[in-house]
Amino acid sequence: MGVEAIFFYIFAAVLIGAAGMVVTVRNPVHAALFLIMAFFASAALWLMLEAEFLAITLVLVYVGAVMVLFLFVVMMLDINLAMLRAGFVRYLPLGLLVAVGVVLLMVGAVGPEHFGLDRIADPAPVPEEYSNTLELGRVLYTVYVYPFEIAAVILLVAIVAAIALTLRRRPDSKYQEVGDQVSVRREDRVRLVSMPTEERK
Amino acid sequence: MIALSHYLIVGAILFGISLAGIFLNRRSLIILLMCIELMLLAVNLNFIAFSHYLGDQAGQVFVFFILTVAAAEAAIGLAILVVLFRNRRTINVDELDTLKG
Repeated sequence: MGVEAIFFYIFAAVLIGAAGMVVTVRNPVHAALFLIMAFFASAALWLMLEAEFLAITLVLVYVGAVMVLFLFVVMMLDINLAMLRAGFVRYLPLGLLVAVGVVLLMVGAVGPEHFGLDRIADPAPVPEEYSNTLELGRVLYTVYVYPFEIAAVILLVAIVAAIALTLRRRPDSKYQEVGDQVSVRREDRVRLVSMPTEERK
Repeated sequence: MIALSHYLIVGAILFGISLAGIFLNRRSLIILLMCIELMLLAVNLNFIAFSHYLGDQAGQVFVFFILTVAAAEAAIGLAILVVLFRNRRTINVDELDTLKG
């Protein structure tokens, strides 16, 4: 067993173990932290598959932004932990049955007899000057430029939707009317009074 | 050497775990969202494995778009969750039965 295989089994075990903890652990904060661990192990597997740009994007975008958002929301909401796990044991047999059935079906479809090394050989390692980011960008900005722009629009819609959903108007809060402040004229604020000079007493 | 089937089996097991998680945690909306993220991760692993072994960049481009859509989905889902909690003071799925009549 080569070094590559040892690393593959380590990262795969960490990934599956962390995923198992995400669905079984009691506290949602711990679940979010185990999900971060699963993302890191998955990024390592993607690095082994020579998808360097996406592996780093996964860490930056998912661990850096999405999971922080998850943790923020979990900690902001006051969740009753005991009630959330009430039906856990009741649904355990059904969940295990469905999951094991689905996994067995999929392993039968993608097992070594269909996608083993004798069917699809391991590709030759890329040359030293090969850049995954360059190659990805080359197709992303030419062949897939319209999907890329649609992705940008989707992100914009997501920003607008998230802000519009959570924005709250508070009628009793005090704030400055910048438009009124800017459009004020000198005559509204300054009054010149003409009066005779007086002797100092 | 590691075959393509190794990566595909890891992806299948990951998908199965998250499917079981949706059954087990049907009370908590937050854990349900996390299970959906895990499912998308399993699908992405399959895409990247195929992209590597078949020597085609299209799989990685697809993963790029899936990551974009998943990030948007997580942002909107969590925003809905916050609004829900603000109005009902709970995120327990069993108590969200206003539409039942």
